[in-house]
Amino acid sequence: MTPWMSKIALSLAAPLLAFVAAGLATTLVLLGAGDNPADFWRTILSWPENRNLVNILNYSAILYLSGLAAAIGFRMNLFNIGVEGQYRVATFAAAVFASQALLPGALNTLAAVVVAMATGALWAGIAGLLRVTRGVSEVISTIMLNAIAVALVAYLLRKVGSREGQAIVTDPIPESSWVPNIPLFSDSVTTFFGLGLLAVVAGVAFSVVLNRTRFGFNLRATGQAEAAAVASGVDVKKMVLYSMLLSGAVAGLIGMPQLFGASHQYGSTIQTGIGFTGIAVALLGRNNPWGIAAGALIFAYLTEQANPLGILAGISPDIIAVTQGVVVLSVVIAYEVVRRYRVKLEQQEVAQALFGEREPQEASR
Amino acid sequence: MSKTSTVSETLAVSLEGIGKRFPGVVANHDVSIKVRPRTVHALVGENGAGKSTLMKILYGVQKPDVGTIAISGQEVSFASPADAIRHEIGMVFQHFQLADNLTVTENVVLGAESRHGIGADARREIEGISETYGFGLDPDELVENLGVGQRQRVEILKVLYRGAKIIILDEPTAVLVPQEVEALFRNLRELRDEGHTLIFISHKLDEVLAIADDITVLRRGTTVATVDPGDVTPRDLAELMVGAELPSASTEESTVTETEVLEVKNLTVLDPTGRAVLSDINLRIRAGEVLGIAGVEGNGQTELVEAVVGMRKAANGTVELGNVDVTRQGAGERRTSGVGYIPEDRHRHGLLLDSPLWENRILGHQNRPPSVKGFWLNREGAREDSTRIVEQYDVRTPGIDTGARALSGGNQQKFIVGREMSGDPVLLVAAHPTRGVDVGAQAAIWGHIREARRKGLAVLLISADLDELIGLSDSLRVILRGKLVGDFDPQTVTPQQLGAAMTGVTGGGLRSSGEEKS
Ligand SMILES: Nc1ncnc2c1ncn2[C@@H]1O[C@H](COP(=O)(O)OP(=O)(O)OP(=O)(O)O)[C@@H](O)[C@H]1O
Ligand SMILES: [Mg+2]
Repeated sequence: MTPWMSKIALSLAAPLLAFVAAGLATTLVLLGAGDNPADFWRTILSWPENRNLVNILNYSAILYLSGLAAAIGFRMNLFNIGVEGQYRVATFAAAVFASQALLPGALNTLAAVVVAMATGALWAGIAGLLRVTRGVSEVISTIMLNAIAVALVAYLLRKVGSREGQAIVTDPIPESSWVPNIPLFSDSVTTFFGLGLLAVVAGVAFSVVLNRTRFGFNLRATGQAEAAAVASGVDVKKMVLYSMLLSGAVAGLIGMPQLFGASHQYGSTIQTGIGFTGIAVALLGRNNPWGIAAGALIFAYLTEQANPLGILAGISPDIIAVTQGVVVLSVVIAYEVVRRYRVKLEQQEVAQALFGEREPQEASR
Repeated sequence: MSKTSTVSETLAVSLEGIGKRFPGVVANHDVSIKVRPRTVHALVGENGAGKSTLMKILYGVQKPDVGTIAISGQEVSFASPADAIRHEIGMVFQHFQLADNLTVTENVVLGAESRHGIGADARREIEGISETYGFGLDPDELVENLGVGQRQRVEILKVLYRGAKIIILDEPTAVLVPQEVEALFRNLRELRDEGHTLIFISHKLDEVLAIADDITVLRRGTTVATVDPGDVTPRDLAELMVGAELPSASTEESTVTETEVLEVKNLTVLDPTGRAVLSDINLRIRAGEVLGIAGVEGNGQTELVEAVVGMRKAANGTVELGNVDVTRQGAGERRTSGVGYIPEDRHRHGLLLDSPLWENRILGHQNRPPSVKGFWLNREGAREDSTRIVEQYDVRTPGIDTGARALSGGNQQKFIVGREMSGDPVLLVAAHPTRGVDVGAQAAIWGHIREARRKGLAVLLISADLDELIGLSDSLRVILRGKLVGDFDPQTVTPQQLGAAMTGVTGGGLRSSGEEKS
């Protein structure tokens, strides 16, 4: 193996190790509960049909945005647990705004997306402000704000919404403002959300801002070594506020693909938990834009593939949450294991290069 | 001490043929050292010569690629420092390893709970050691409130608490003023006479000659000589190390102009508890002038520097930069106006240790070319300028993509100095600019500072090295308990006079400010 190849092999080793561990853990749980692991794995590992592939992509896009939102905070050691609340408030605000049709067609859509980002930013900004002015931990305030968000949206929905079957929904968005979906396969009834492309835009923006701009540098510096950042002239309070605002703004985007591509209104049946899953996705992807993409795809794949478990294998699809959780945990551990192994390998290689045939370990005995 | 008497004696430490490589660097190659028991053994060598690496190997932090280690005649192999501690080896690192948010007691006990528990026993033991060696440490003080000198005493305390008989001290005197060095040396001699063996790394060759029983010289990763301090002069040592002459901090013609760069008026700074750590400070630095501040560590130097740089709020008084009141400005704005800052603690305040060198070039210069272009980072600019710094300041590194952590302490320092001298700063706030660098690099850095001063740089210089203060400064002030007390002419002052003023034995004030040289 060339050094280049072994480098790639090593960087794939950690996630692979993690998946093997997660697979083992899931299998053990299935065995313990008396379910058949073979059925489980057959269902999960079967190649998805085209319509499922589209679903996976749709869900990935949403999870990606959620993961990015969390990662912005993580990069600065800020734990924005409030993506969930931020995205709900933002989606609601955008749905109400768009339904008013104050602007024509696509302009209305654009404005609604801006409203969503602003609302998300505002909601996260509360936590940021509390942190910089009163020293309130953002973990606590964002958890509180999540609870408030749920209650607030439910309350407002009753005010402005109308009953539709079991759910209460906002007025529909005028059809001229919908975003057309992209049909990926001719034989698939499902289509890719037009605004799913926001994930790509946000991912590129994230990586450019983080690696190429002053702001991104300050953000990374603060996350890496706050004292050094302060000494270098970074106003940490400002950075905390800005990154909370940014994190919230990205969180505001999470609901957009679905809102403009499928539901066209905000309803009380909105999917919950995406904000929390995003945290796991960011961890899995190590706050790196490509990593988060991989994490989002994996999570979306597992979720989609688990759906028919009940019908095909008689296993509750909830088991997949265990798999996902263990994946995240093992990834954290696996990266450390591989890192240590890599350091050791590197040292042995250079030692051999320098000291020839002698085995370094032998020589020190 | 004669060499012949040692023949029959078992060596306390014997390192044979030690080799260690890092990516791109040979840190140690075929190093052999013999340390006699109950001696102070000094290790000297240029920055990056491999001294710290060798000691980390002895302490079990790093594994040698080849070579053998014998402790008291018994061959050993350490997998971790825990093994070394079991063999009664202790180490005080060049960069302290203390948890800021824990107290002195907690830091000392951490990881050694089995010795005296974590309660009253441990506390008594710590107080006992602190007492015996006159450390004067409050066991309940948070480490984050301690100055560098006190932190070092906590580190030594930690080692003694763990029962070390062989104690490695990596550049312990770099942070100390002469009086403290004296005190430390008294402690070291005491420890030696009680049967401890001490290995001591330093760049200050006269100190080495004063304390060491044997001296081993490392050059480019390998041992070049072991000498008897009685047989050599500092010059000989320097030549063994680098093959160069020992520099002198010669005074030069004054370049002080009339243009005022920094004026601090009635500055008072309070600590979190509301106690004044700086009271009523007044000082003025003109273009081309170096103002030196002498003082025993912990008398307000840190606070003064941080207040001037903008990291600390003034409770009272003003700071003016080029006749602009910057009291309300943060560090960012002040740096943009051309303030360079060499921090006292390079690891905490000067570097992003996990980032490559070229990214570290940007740190502190986020608003100034060549590292940025408006809103964007200028990677090319930062990389090119990093290369320039590496060359001009002789930073020994495999390249600018190397992580800052991988550089030796002195080389990290050289890079920081180079960075802060970049972009024609108007004011350089330099806390211990040559701390931890070897004699050759020290001379080079002095040269760079003099050169910039000639072009009109104003410098606020804090240093524990009195020769540096006297040699570089145009005027000298002494800081004691948060007040500027003495005012000296570096042309005439002696280290003894300064030392006395620093400890408050005399009031200083030998010269009124009107008489400053022009
Ligand atoms: N962890 C590491 N990874 C890579 N290179 C390293 C590492 N530690 C040390 N080095 C390299 O090994 C060489 C020796 O470093 P070392 O810290 O032992 O020098 P030193 O003699 O203590 O210098 P100084 O006087 O500056 O402290 C240097 O070139 C340094 O860059
Ligand atoms: Mg060193």
